[in-house]
Amino acid sequence: MSAPAYQVVGTRPIRHDGADKVTGRALYGADLELAGLLHGFVLRCPHAHARLRRIDTSKAEAFPGVKAVVTAADFPPSGDRMVDLGEGETPLSYIRGNVLASGKALYCGHAVAAVAAVNVHVAEEAAGLIEVDYEVLPHVTTALDAMREDAPLVHEELRTKEFGAPGSRPSNVAEHFRHEMGEVERGFAEAEVIVEREFHTSTVHQGYIEPHNATALWNNDGRVLIWCSTQGSFVVRDTTACILDLPVSQVKVTPLEIGGGFGGKIPVYLEPVAALLSKKSGRPVKIVMSRKDVFEGTGPTPGSFIRVKIGARRDGTITAAEAYLAYEAGAYPGAMVASGAMTVFAAYHLPNVRIDGFDVCVNKPSTAAYRAPGATNAAFATESVMDELAENLNVDPLDFRLKNAAREGARRADGVKYRRIGCVEVIEAMKNSEHYRSALNGPHRGRGVAIGYWFNVGLASSCTISVNEDGTVNLVEGSTDIGGTRTSVAMQAAEVLGIAAEDVHPVVADTDSVGYTAVTGGSRVTFATGWAAYEAAQDVVRQMRERAARLWDVDPDAVEAVRGQYRAGSHRATFRALAAQLNRTGGPVVGRATVNPKGAGGSFSGVICDVEVDPETGKTTILRFTSIQDAGKAIHPAYVEGQMQGGSVQGIGWALNEEYYMTAEGTMANASFLDYRIPTCYDLPMIETIIVEVPNPGHPFGVRGVGEANIVPPPAALANAIYRAAGVRMRRLPMNPAAVMEAIWAAAK
Amino acid sequence: MATVFIPAPLRELTGGRAAVEAAGATVGELIDDLERRCPGLRQRLLEGGRLRPNLSVAVDGEISPLGLREKVPPEAEVHFVTAIQGGV
Amino acid sequence: MHGKYHVRTTINGEAVEFLCEPRQSLLECLRDILGLTGSKEGCNDGNCGACTVILDGRIVNSCLVLGAEADGADITTIEGVARGSRLHPVQRAFLEQAALQCGVCTPGLIVAAKALLEAEAQPSEERIRFWLANNLCRCTGYDKIVRAVQQAAHEMQEVNR
Repeated sequence: MSAPAYQVVGTRPIRHDGADKVTGRALYGADLELAGLLHGFVLRCPHAHARLRRIDTSKAEAFPGVKAVVTAADFPPSGDRMVDLGEGETPLSYIRGNVLASGKALYCGHAVAAVAAVNVHVAEEAAGLIEVDYEVLPHVTTALDAMREDAPLVHEELRTKEFGAPGSRPSNVAEHFRHEMGEVERGFAEAEVIVEREFHTSTVHQGYIEPHNATALWNNDGRVLIWCSTQGSFVVRDTTACILDLPVSQVKVTPLEIGGGFGGKIPVYLEPVAALLSKKSGRPVKIVMSRKDVFEGTGPTPGSFIRVKIGARRDGTITAAEAYLAYEAGAYPGAMVASGAMTVFAAYHLPNVRIDGFDVCVNKPSTAAYRAPGATNAAFATESVMDELAENLNVDPLDFRLKNAAREGARRADGVKYRRIGCVEVIEAMKNSEHYRSALNGPHRGRGVAIGYWFNVGLASSCTISVNEDGTVNLVEGSTDIGGTRTSVAMQAAEVLGIAAEDVHPVVADTDSVGYTAVTGGSRVTFATGWAAYEAAQDVVRQMRERAARLWDVDPDAVEAVRGQYRAGSHRATFRALAAQLNRTGGPVVGRATVNPKGAGGSFSGVICDVEVDPETGKTTILRFTSIQDAGKAIHPAYVEGQMQGGSVQGIGWALNEEYYMTAEGTMANASFLDYRIPTCYDLPMIETIIVEVPNPGHPFGVRGVGEANIVPPPAALANAIYRAAGVRMRRLPMNPAAVMEAIWAAAK
Repeated sequence: MATVFIPAPLRELTGGRAAVEAAGATVGELIDDLERRCPGLRQRLLEGGRLRPNLSVAVDGEISPLGLREKVPPEAEVHFVTAIQGGV
Repeated sequence: MHGKYHVRTTINGEAVEFLCEPRQSLLECLRDILGLTGSKEGCNDGNCGACTVILDGRIVNSCLVLGAEADGADITTIEGVARGSRLHPVQRAFLEQAALQCGVCTPGLIVAAKALLEAEAQPSEERIRFWLANNLCRCTGYDKIVRAVQQAAHEMQEVNR
């Protein structure tokens, strides 16, 4: 079957919000100005773990220019309960406790109080006058340390859950789970080559350039109005309502432009605090985090300890695999280790497999999602072991992967059976690429490959489309746009309506103006909100056929609509011509849809990279880098490439430089962009891309989300390249010059 | 009959079996039937009449937002998986 | 309370006067006093470049300049890059090359790139990457940004020919 020919899908129109964003007119959260606006400042705990014996805010309250001071004591006394914010249930006490600490501060950077004042400098000065009596407690900052029996307890009451059965004694391990298929011991007994290695990855931050911000007005009618930068306006609404013990209808969230998120702008930090300050002061309050606040007070991705063991026969067939994943959740449970376990061996067809996952609390910021959360850590381990196995077996690393690649019908370790997936196609595209076929010459140079997987999600999305008399349409959706999704969503509506992408005007609406829409995350917007737009456009087409039928006095079923051309018998009209007649045929046409689609369809990706390692300094220079990914169907190829390039470079930063450098006191030593060094453009070559299209049978246009899988392979690919360049296997991230140098010296001994 | 895949930590309740056949038109009914076949399973899967927090059910590979009310086609594969969730 | 400075500047070609506190940065003055919110704050310590403006012909991080220091200066911000309703070639190239995703670093990058192309008509890729290394972008991986600057350089050369 040949691919359907599209008129809009697959083209590269200029994004709808482009002009606003290149002229500085786009309104981001921190840009908002309101009459009487006050500015907030959040006081944060300087210790990794401390009991809050007493908080005295009296001097701050008396400081000139201060209008309100709040602590956790100002939260309504709603007790604890489980709340479902769309991502599974979480105790309210955890969510509320992370917004403002109560009883204990669990990490350096944990918010303990906040001040609203006439300007931010006054607020900051006043916050310095708040007296907090800290009893500093012993702390623990790594998963392995936290799992020791004598480790300080982050939560005294926490017991390890194991499928509903709580452990017998307190522990920092919130959860242990196991996936097991086949007979693992027998599988290893059949293996002729076995490689088992241990890996460590550091805590890293999403590093979006725009700090978190929130403005709140507790209005005189009792409604709380919020303007903020978020990946999910409904999550902000629901979380804020929960914490403030209000019905959701009493909170309205207007999402402003968002300056990057990558998963880190799903959790709520500032909104309930700004709302409380507004309630106390009677004025709108804006809080904007500093960069230090962002590093210390928001959720990075878990650091981890991973052990992976894989066995294979001499012919290259894998017989068994085993993984042990211990991820640092940070202060509250929820370390994304479940998705690490889902993805750790997801690229391979394994008859015998066992995976143990541990969700471990430590005295670091509560972790959040970061682009394929949990998967990059896991792939670093698996793909490094795969590389070593291929070397032992003396086969090409891509051929080895291809031989064991997961295909349709293969069962993942968590039991799920794959539908149509593009793992084989991605590996073949890597093999056939000009990059992989080219020679790499020169001393201290090496090439590495790796592959990765992210499963993607569906979830709820809503959309309405109203037809304008000039033949354009207005499209209202609820997915905050981080990377051009207004356009990829609008294009899908345009394709159905048979009009140009430019003739769709997409708007990301507030929570009063659009149906519930889940977070911008899980690579779901182009998939699910795009699907909602597709359905809403179908609804418009149905109504336009009725209008045409009325005009022509025929049965609506007799009206055909093909690419914006409507016809019945000898009658013909374009979408635009029919739109011009709306008033004469019955008034406005509004299409609507709400979806909660299944069939998200995972995406595989691969990386080929060439590096040169300076044997004198240990510095790795990337000579050439290619990202390969299955997009299902690329709606807007330029923005698909953009996702691949962006994810690749975040993966490069994670691999080579980035880490939370922790002091002996458990504080972060490098909480600035100077010391937490994300890649600059001078560190990089062009990032080449190869888009593979294995259509997702679960989507009208075949879309697979592309936002995440691309970050998964880079650290492993770089480790494998460094091995070929410098002869050392790096099993700890980041692989910065000092670490590579140490490894080179150790190997020389 | 649907095939229910039993998470490794619960296989002590199924005599070590990794998959158990069970009947039911919804996930809820399936769990009732499972309980008859392997007593003790329900208590490990449910809490207060609902799926435990941090637990999701997948029918034919798709995580269900409907939980116990999700319809189960005949011959379906059902998995109980640890819910994917971020930190707070 | 602090006394305020009276600052006289030229911003985007127009004479602008404002009062600021001694501790207010130029970035704060632009955003909070003058309502020019196109310049963004990403770090407030000179490491991200989102607040880049051209001050007397040099690109600076406006978060590292005090408002009072701008007295007598000629300043170009992102709001002054387009000529009326006509986009600057760098702005157009950013759109055509899809060189932005979230867009928060974009104003600083466009201002920095404009300054580069005014200083050097045909910079090499190496030169573009070196010049823009002060402007962090977390979304794009920089590839399309570099291509946009190359496209703008080419177009500006064509126009000047």
